[in-house]
Amino acid sequence: MGASNPDLATPSSANPPREEEYSAGLWTLAWRRLRADGVGLISLGVVGAYVLLALLAGLGWVAPHWSAEVGTHYAPPSWMGTSAREPDFATAPQPVWPGSVDLYGLQDPLADLLARIHTEPGASLVLIEAPRRTTLPLGADKWGHDVLAKTIQGGATSLQVGLFSAVLATVLGTLMGALAGYWGGKVDDAFNWLYGVLTAVPYLLLVFAIAAVLHQKGTSTLILILGLTGWTGVFRLMRSEYLKHKSREYVLAAGALGASHWRRMFLHILPNTSHVILVQLSQNVVGFIKSEVILSFLGFGVPVDAVSWGSMLNEAQNELILGKWWQLAAAGVAMAVLVTAFSLLTDALRDALDPRLKS
Amino acid sequence: MNLSAFLIRRLWQMIPTLLGVVLLVFVLFNWVGGDPAYLLAGKMAGPQALANIRHQLGTDLPLWQQLLVFIQQILTLDFGNSWATQEPIAQIFRTRLGPSLTLLIPMMLLETLLAVCIALLVAAFRGSWLDRSLMVVSTVLMSISLLVYIIVGQYVLAFLWGWFPVKGWSDHWAHNLTTYAVLPILMGLMVSVAPSVRLYRTFILDEINQDYVRTARARGLSESRVLLVHVLRNAAIPIVTNVLMGLPGLLTGAFLLERFFAIPGIGREIILAVERSDFPLIKAATIGVAVATLLTNLLGDLLYRWLDPRVHLD
Repeated sequence: MGASNPDLATPSSANPPREEEYSAGLWTLAWRRLRADGVGLISLGVVGAYVLLALLAGLGWVAPHWSAEVGTHYAPPSWMGTSAREPDFATAPQPVWPGSVDLYGLQDPLADLLARIHTEPGASLVLIEAPRRTTLPLGADKWGHDVLAKTIQGGATSLQVGLFSAVLATVLGTLMGALAGYWGGKVDDAFNWLYGVLTAVPYLLLVFAIAAVLHQKGTSTLILILGLTGWTGVFRLMRSEYLKHKSREYVLAAGALGASHWRRMFLHILPNTSHVILVQLSQNVVGFIKSEVILSFLGFGVPVDAVSWGSMLNEAQNELILGKWWQLAAAGVAMAVLVTAFSLLTDALRDALDPRLKS
Repeated sequence: MNLSAFLIRRLWQMIPTLLGVVLLVFVLFNWVGGDPAYLLAGKMAGPQALANIRHQLGTDLPLWQQLLVFIQQILTLDFGNSWATQEPIAQIFRTRLGPSLTLLIPMMLLETLLAVCIALLVAAFRGSWLDRSLMVVSTVLMSISLLVYIIVGQYVLAFLWGWFPVKGWSDHWAHNLTTYAVLPILMGLMVSVAPSVRLYRTFILDEINQDYVRTARARGLSESRVLLVHVLRNAAIPIVTNVLMGLPGLLTGAFLLERFFAIPGIGREIILAVERSDFPLIKAATIGVAVATLLTNLLGDLLYRWLDPRVHLD
């Protein structure tokens, strides 16, 4: 494709001759351009680090026990130190459970039972709580959960939802766009109708409507909702790519050589549209992460036993009034860095894969 | 092709799309959603109570009859009562539209004005450090979640510094506009201006490379006149269309603002409906917004033709 470009045919005599027989492919060229783009490379590194961290967190190697209550109630970040004004819950005398409680002059009917439970041998099995830490690297929330661990696990949830729903949406959009663009006619009309129906309703309203109907929260439900409704942008672009490519000479030649329709669609045309797919995928991940955060914030997203940046922001809303800003800052900054890096990476990918756009 | 024939054809083409939306909503709420009687009857419901509710809702009818009832509801604009409050749906939308518009119209105008000004500025200094740094700043600004802006803005600007009321709404629109709507509009602009600037910048840069701009410069016109008169007038075509196309999305897009700042608008009503499983309200809202979207798209096309006579409608 770029063989006629004089810059790209590197005439270096040092190379062994057999390598010169091949001109650099699309991906090699794109990688070379991306490597020369400092911002793009840095954002690729940041996104890679997030994905790695999310993967390790998903495997349980990093921050496996986010729901363990390791710190005191709203323990501040370590670098702030424990403030003197805050009552120290860790060293404060723990209330001792009395054998019987005098409730409005009534004897506790369970007093005997409780006393027996406490004296029986099983009492030694009662969980002895580890001493809680008064400071944590990024502080603690209301229940003493480590905010750092929560942020990492929340990032893993958000990235998981963003990546999987983007893959689902991109595969659906590509498949439908390929069918509509390649076959045209009635098939095209049918898919265009579906596209028109889904785009007539604003995206978040549609997602809300489905969330209202489904009633079951869960990460996989969320992925399905976002993926099944978010394919329209990919569809529009892929349809026009297939319309453009299907009458190109290389496709006609493949047809003349007896390549089947299926082979022409997915072995000949698809690789030539891969740059569009990759950019759309990257763009969708950003959009879906934002949607996931909003849905989880409103309580329509992840279930209560999971943590996401959206549910963290929801808690942080009430904490801020009490002056406990660290959970808000952690979730907000973590999300902003990822979204910025992903947006810049999308721009860099677009520039690297389609150099004609860069004027 | 003349205008009325174009209009009739476009309106005719809307019918299959609208039918699709109706079918989608119907399938979601009357089929996927399961039996709403269990939702409404509470935890301890006898079979008699369930049957009663089903009869009242009409969900004991066969599906095709339910679909006809739904289409009849749409055609008569009578969606019945809200399940949660028993308020007529039509009245809910009538009373909630005002607050939504009080918030959205100033926000849309300010956003367009600000975005066009900044886009012109960065386009005038394209390629310079100003352009690059503003683009980086706008990428960072739009990466921060609207939720964070709202939470921090409400806490710092309203709660700590007391510049604005934290939340609320009154009965007078002028009072609302000058007091209660200011902070939500400000927070909304924080996320909505940056993407628009990026988009409008490309529209303006597309025009700047055209021949007529070179001609204008060759005639000795000042750079500001070239930008503000020649370029802006041509770049206005995609900008206006873009603003218009974004309108229906704005109506629902402001739901976070309405919810946080307790503004009794349509977006907040939709969130409440989702939380309460108030199906009739969500159904009516979805259909209504779909109709509004299709009509504004048509209006956008008409405006495009009016602004740019080179565009042919087909």
